[in-house]
Amino acid sequence: MPEETLLKVSHIDVFHGSFQALWDVSLEIKPAEIVAIIGANGSGKSTLLDAISGLVHPAKGSIEFEGKNISALEPFRIVDLGISQVPEGRMVFPDLTVLENLVIGSYNRKARSKREQNLQRAYQLFPVLKERKNQLAKTLSGGEQQMLALGRGLMSDPKLILIDEMSLGLAPILVNEIYRTLREIRDQGITILFVEQNVRRSLTEADRAYIMEVGRVVLSGDVAKLREEEKVKKAYFGT
Amino acid sequence: MTLLNELATPIVMGLMLGGLYAVIALGLSLVFGVIKEINIAHGDLVILGSYFGYVAMTVFGIDPILSLIIGMPILFGIGFVIQKYLFNRAFKISMDATLIIAFGLSLILQNTYQLIWTPMARGLTTSYALESFSAGPVHVPLVYLLDFLAAIAVMLFLHLFLKRTYLGRAIRAAAQNRKTAHLMGINTDRVYAYTFAISMALAAVAGVFLGLTFSFTPISGMSFLIIALGVVVLGGMGSIVGTFVGGITFGLAQTLGGYFFGVAAQMLVAYVMVLVVLAVIPRGIFGR
Repeated sequence: MPEETLLKVSHIDVFHGSFQALWDVSLEIKPAEIVAIIGANGSGKSTLLDAISGLVHPAKGSIEFEGKNISALEPFRIVDLGISQVPEGRMVFPDLTVLENLVIGSYNRKARSKREQNLQRAYQLFPVLKERKNQLAKTLSGGEQQMLALGRGLMSDPKLILIDEMSLGLAPILVNEIYRTLREIRDQGITILFVEQNVRRSLTEADRAYIMEVGRVVLSGDVAKLREEEKVKKAYFGT
Repeated sequence: MTLLNELATPIVMGLMLGGLYAVIALGLSLVFGVIKEINIAHGDLVILGSYFGYVAMTVFGIDPILSLIIGMPILFGIGFVIQKYLFNRAFKISMDATLIIAFGLSLILQNTYQLIWTPMARGLTTSYALESFSAGPVHVPLVYLLDFLAAIAVMLFLHLFLKRTYLGRAIRAAAQNRKTAHLMGINTDRVYAYTFAISMALAAVAGVFLGLTFSFTPISGMSFLIIALGVVVLGGMGSIVGTFVGGITFGLAQTLGGYFFGVAAQMLVAYVMVLVVLAVIPRGIFGR
């Protein structure tokens, strides 16, 4: 019996004005997977996440979540359905406190009833957030802001969490720590799709990966298989 | 020493008048800070509040301040509809579209006022509107004190609302980062409608106190819009405290300017002061 698909992106084209950012992109995610999207700047990774979150809509193709077509939905409805995005650059609300940032993450009605529970979960995963809960978010360090953005992303009680370029500008040790926490999050039953420029890290942390170039998916599969692929070795590892 | 005594009245008047200006500007500041709309119909919408108070007083014999109990919800509702069905759509077309639509709204309002109430100057002439009070060397019209108290009350309420309620936090979040607000599951169209509605409720209050303090005509909205813009730009966009400080600064510049240079010069002094402050602090006193 086939495992049910959580998210299915089928042959989508996405335009920014007259510029085509995504060409015939397809991807599938099953529950409790950790999937990576790898690619350089301009490869369309962020646009793909934005399309899933409903911030942009595909001109062609469809996006299905738990069997339901979400391609034309407003972003807030998609959050309601259980998809949360931690955007590139963390994007914490600078003039709200840590606690206010977390609370605003549970804005949608379904999540409000589980607010206390999810707040404690965020504190347990990232203790520093509890320490600094009354500080303005803009006073936090880069790493702390990333943890805040992640914690906030969990507050909407998501089934799938999209993470855009989490390791940008952070020390490797810190990034290791955060990825370890990601695995904890997956073990709690949340599916993870993350975007990374760092190929090595992606192939270490994910179960499966999609490699994108200039708006198209050029390669995909289990990370073990990908590591052996000649193209990947040549392009990214230089051998 | 007598200079201080003589200055006491203009200073106190400037502070209190500044409070009124702050209330007038608050709605504008809110809408600009959150939705990033410059609502050039704001002045005319404040005057709508004034006319509403006028109708309450002359037709129904209700005290204008008391009439706010009905006036605020009504203008709140009107504001919600305007943002939801007019400005939200214009916004999706372009920034210019919202300016043009606001301008059109302003024209419609001015002409409607003229049709209904004629160009004659009106005022909310209640029994207390003509009284004044003295405290030591200070001699000030009573309404000025009411203006100031109203300003404090309004700002306190707004601050608590923005800080303590889910909607208030959503409004602050949407103001800081629109895209991320979407990702929080915030329906920004709806939040913007509520924001504009709140600015209209503020305009209702501003209109009544304006009408108690000054006389107004169908085209008074424009003059007060300009003052409101000066106040907002002075104090920094989207900050309650900033708007208050901006209002007081403006009010003081006006009354002290009038004291030193004559009544005819008072507005000029105030506007020159705005320019001078902006030249030194381009973002406004509390601007971000």
